[in-house]
Amino acid sequence: MLPRPFFPLLLRILLFFALLPLPLNPQRLSAQEKPYFVTYSHDLEEPGNLEVESRTDLARPDASTRFAAEATEFEYGLRAWWTTELYLEGQTTPADSTLFTGFRIENRVRPILRELPVNPVLYIEYENISGADKTLLEVVGHDSQSDLAVPNAIARRTMQHEAETRLILSSNLRAWNLSENFIAEKNLGHAPWEFGYALGATRPLATAASPHPCSLCLQNLTAGAELYGGLGDAASLTLARTSHYLAPLLGWQATPSMRLTFSPGFGLTSTALNRVYRIGLAYEFDQFGSRFFARNGGAH
Amino acid sequence: MRRFTLTVLIFLAAALAFAAGPATNPVDRWQRVPPRDHARSNPLAATPETIAAGSQLYRTHCAQCHGPAALGDGRKHPSLRTDHVRSASDGDLEWFLRQGDLAHGMPSWSSLPPTQRWQLIAYLRSLP
Repeated sequence: MLPRPFFPLLLRILLFFALLPLPLNPQRLSAQEKPYFVTYSHDLEEPGNLEVESRTDLARPDASTRFAAEATEFEYGLRAWWTTELYLEGQTTPADSTLFTGFRIENRVRPILRELPVNPVLYIEYENISGADKTLLEVVGHDSQSDLAVPNAIARRTMQHEAETRLILSSNLRAWNLSENFIAEKNLGHAPWEFGYALGATRPLATAASPHPCSLCLQNLTAGAELYGGLGDAASLTLARTSHYLAPLLGWQATPSMRLTFSPGFGLTSTALNRVYRIGLAYEFDQFGSRFFARNGGAH
Repeated sequence: MRRFTLTVLIFLAAALAFAAGPATNPVDRWQRVPPRDHARSNPLAATPETIAAGSQLYRTHCAQCHGPAALGDGRKHPSLRTDHVRSASDGDLEWFLRQGDLAHGMPSWSSLPPTQRWQLIAYLRSLP
């Protein structure tokens, strides 16, 4: 059961999505994406489609109070081989404050335009976030739960301009997806490169489609797990004092346009949070770009 | 900061150089299919259930581009009721779904389980 202070935030998130102009094109939708929270696969957004996703992390560091961190993600398929994303982030810590913590801009590109046994994707991201940011979109270096226990008034004074790069390797083997991400992150100001990893595997619970429209059927449920953590930094390339998490995943394609994901993550080391609950809610708007680029028939 | 900007520019230039492949003549498309894939036939019988399941998949994944009747939009998104598609073997179509044509906007559908790709092909075969 979720702690009570989280309910107002969750209510606001759900209200936000309830007020979105959903029926832009309600008759369809696709969802190639896997229910990963940290790991990326080689599935990119379909060209012209826009996906809006709310990702909420709920956790409590040992030396602090509970918090809820929210990342709202706008993901757009520029090309079949190029996806771009904007994240807007914030957090609320009961008995402290609620604040906007920054933004990220990210691009993923498939350099090889064929399906291979292992498909590489290049990922580059610019982050402009404050020290109060608590979204766990990646774990690198010596990230620790103590970083998340600093009072907001102090943590927000630090602004971080960071570049994150990933080498994403991903394979679809029959109904399985296996993905490996190698992460290198650099504070553009003054810190050494930090490294991390994310590994994931998912599979739909049924591989054949139903001949009838259905919502709560096994083909729309995807289960899996991801393992992620830090690998130290350039000055201290060691697993000592690094955080690692194991997180089961469950995804539900509730309607053709809406996907729900849930993941209880478990810290595997003393520097990791004991538990982190993640909830994702995504809507996809098909051929969103064609509303603005109709002359060219939308994205192509 | 300047070094980072340069790195980003090199990254994007390299990505564009890799991704901008030569135009593909649709006639040549099936000739690129490996013989082993070309020879494959649909393991699913074309029963009404299989076709209906393929129809559901088509509506979910394909209709947004190729149209509800698979006639395309006359511009970027081609019709699937053409002699070119009919001339393809089951294996050609499965290979193409799996590979996509990323340079020309067709995503790879390797993320669909193989059974669903074959259901989709059964539906495409049922189109007049």
